[in-house]
Amino acid sequence: MPFNDFLTLASIGLAILLITPLLGGYIHRVMEGERVFLSPVLRPVERVVYRVCGIDATAEMSWKGYTVAVLVMAAVAIVAGYAVFRIQDILPLNPGHVGPMSPDLSFNTSVSFETNTNWQNYSGETGVSYLTQAGVLAVRNFTSAATGLAVAIALIRGLTRRSAKTLGNYWVDLTRGILYILLPISIVGALILVWQGVPQTWNGPQTVTTLQGVQQTISLGPVASQEWIKDLGNNGGGFFNANSAHPFESPTGLTNWLEIVALLMCSFSLTFTFGRYAGNRRQGWTIFGAMAAILIVGAVVAMHSEAAGNPLFPAGIDQALGNMEGKETRFGSAVGGLFAAATTGTSTGAINAWHDSFQPIAGLVPLFNMELGEISPGGIGAGIYGMLVIGAILAVFIAGLMVGRTPEFLGKKVESYEIKMAMITALVLGASILGFTALATALPEGLAGPLNKGPHGFSEILYAFSSQTGNNGSAFAGLTGNTPFYNITGAFAMLIGRYGMIVPILALAGSMAAKRRVAPSLGTFPTTGILWSVLLIGVVVIVGALTFFPALSLGPIVEQLLQNAGKVF
Amino acid sequence: MQNFLRHMLAPAIALLVALTLITGVIYPAAVTLVAQVAFPSQANGSLITVDGKTVGSSLIGQAFDQPKYFWGRPSDAGATTSNPGGYDGTSSAGSNLGPTSSALIDAVTAQVDRLRAANGNAPIPVDLVTASASGLDPDISPAGAEYQVARVAAARGLTVAAVRAAVTRHTTQPLFGFIGEPVVNVLQLNLDLDGLLTSK
Repeated sequence: MPFNDFLTLASIGLAILLITPLLGGYIHRVMEGERVFLSPVLRPVERVVYRVCGIDATAEMSWKGYTVAVLVMAAVAIVAGYAVFRIQDILPLNPGHVGPMSPDLSFNTSVSFETNTNWQNYSGETGVSYLTQAGVLAVRNFTSAATGLAVAIALIRGLTRRSAKTLGNYWVDLTRGILYILLPISIVGALILVWQGVPQTWNGPQTVTTLQGVQQTISLGPVASQEWIKDLGNNGGGFFNANSAHPFESPTGLTNWLEIVALLMCSFSLTFTFGRYAGNRRQGWTIFGAMAAILIVGAVVAMHSEAAGNPLFPAGIDQALGNMEGKETRFGSAVGGLFAAATTGTSTGAINAWHDSFQPIAGLVPLFNMELGEISPGGIGAGIYGMLVIGAILAVFIAGLMVGRTPEFLGKKVESYEIKMAMITALVLGASILGFTALATALPEGLAGPLNKGPHGFSEILYAFSSQTGNNGSAFAGLTGNTPFYNITGAFAMLIGRYGMIVPILALAGSMAAKRRVAPSLGTFPTTGILWSVLLIGVVVIVGALTFFPALSLGPIVEQLLQNAGKVF
Repeated sequence: MQNFLRHMLAPAIALLVALTLITGVIYPAAVTLVAQVAFPSQANGSLITVDGKTVGSSLIGQAFDQPKYFWGRPSDAGATTSNPGGYDGTSSAGSNLGPTSSALIDAVTAQVDRLRAANGNAPIPVDLVTASASGLDPDISPAGAEYQVARVAAARGLTVAAVRAAVTRHTTQPLFGFIGEPVVNVLQLNLDLDGLLTSK
């Protein structure tokens, strides 16, 4: 792997290290309603929003109330999105004369954007109008990201409050997350992107005559305003089909670097926010360390594998640039692997290179990242709540079993109810991914999907359900997904992956909030420091590996062995 | 029920409308306004105009197969039998062929044969035989340009040094030496060789 690519990785790591305490502390202050530098401008806006919506900002919700509010908002947004997609052809802002989406595609797409997945069975250039892009999809990028953030904050409040009945107010958490955190960063980010060459216009496609005298039509649109929040909110739904590989979504090495930082910054920052709530910064940095370790190992493996090139290519090719199939020249092959690790370690799913054309082991990295539940560092909110529940709660339980004591986390006893809820989240993930993959490989409708033959075709199906269940949205995109079978099964995988996590997590939060806090004793297992970090990583990786190793062996692992043997399909 | 409507459904609908107004109307409109004033060229797609005619975008590659032009990378953007060259600006796409796909190996082999026929038997930089991710990649690597210099010089009756100098003019180095890769913008380079590049 070239030294330049190490510098790229290291400089992104440094940027995240600097941003985490600043943004993490800011998120804590915003979510607790404290005064911040944007308050003079935004507090009045916030008040108007609450007044016109009839929201009592001071009323806190129980875990049940919070859950119902999240689910009702999701239902309303899914129905509204579906309606717009069905009639986008007759609505305004459609200079490209795009037709309506089919019912099953509308269902898949509406669920996809509301669940923060952004799986795309449509093509950005020709499948959606500007109104759909800016008025629905970009809005969902804000609301679904802020919902993840809100649920994470509710869980953290549950873990850190003492003898409390409530977790906060979902409407307020959602509104603050957007107004104070996502929107200001997006305005700045979008303008930087335009400066670098990302379009921001309401004009339709432009037709030009090329140097060789051929007509070329170039799709444009309000790209920049959607691009930044796509990365920042870990949404990942590209304005164009080629996503962040499209020169209009990421025109330069700088935009690529910034987009990787954008998709990592919120989730890593939330570890610091957690430390603030817990009243102990080391709690946050310990989780930061565990997340970063998993991310970096995956990134280096993918970068190394992509930089090596394809051994099956014919002689006479200079492969010094690595595996360039499905890569952009301005980013290079190794940074394609880095972006892939970052986009699947988070729940983003944006791409700057096609994962389907990765070398087998590089393709394994995004697949395994998603199957770990996206906790390195995960989606905005979803990462920290996944890590706290699948990682921390199960890890204290296992540590408790080893020393024969009732497990405690942050001074609260973790009992059978909490373990049940944590286990549900862990099992839902495996059941949905493996269940739907098995279904697809058993039915002709499923087997019709893959483009590639051999084990790689199986990987395409496994990737699709890993991505949708994990609310990621990236794809082994050779799979033909816009069929009733894949649209409907995919939509259910996304719903299960999102709400099958959120509901038990909020239930766990409610139960933890009600507990008293007991003083730590000599027998308490400390949840800070390197030992705890290692235990956390161990639990997450072992749970993921035990669940998914058989399926992974049938896909990328066997493909790597066959590639070594010179076999093609 | 009354309670549910008043405290859950009504706020959900109202808040979705309010947030749509803020993030789906005001925000993109404001960004567009500033972008169009501050960066009008980029905001409209970095289009290049020669003698009043728009000939392309500096960020979007074009299909080239004439010997006098530098060729870009193989493209799967809207590549069909009627448009084998790809580079359709309304259908960005890669091949999505996996690393053990025989279709990939065949495509690469065919591209190797095509390049050898036009350029001789030097080792071919890998970017020239592999499809880009977007199918619209505006760039090739400096090695990919160097590989074609002799052919372009011969076709144009120019010296190799003159063509090489043009390549250097359109080569962008990584920011701070490590962010991004060194690239040669194919359309700008070809415009320059045609003597049509006015700016720069």
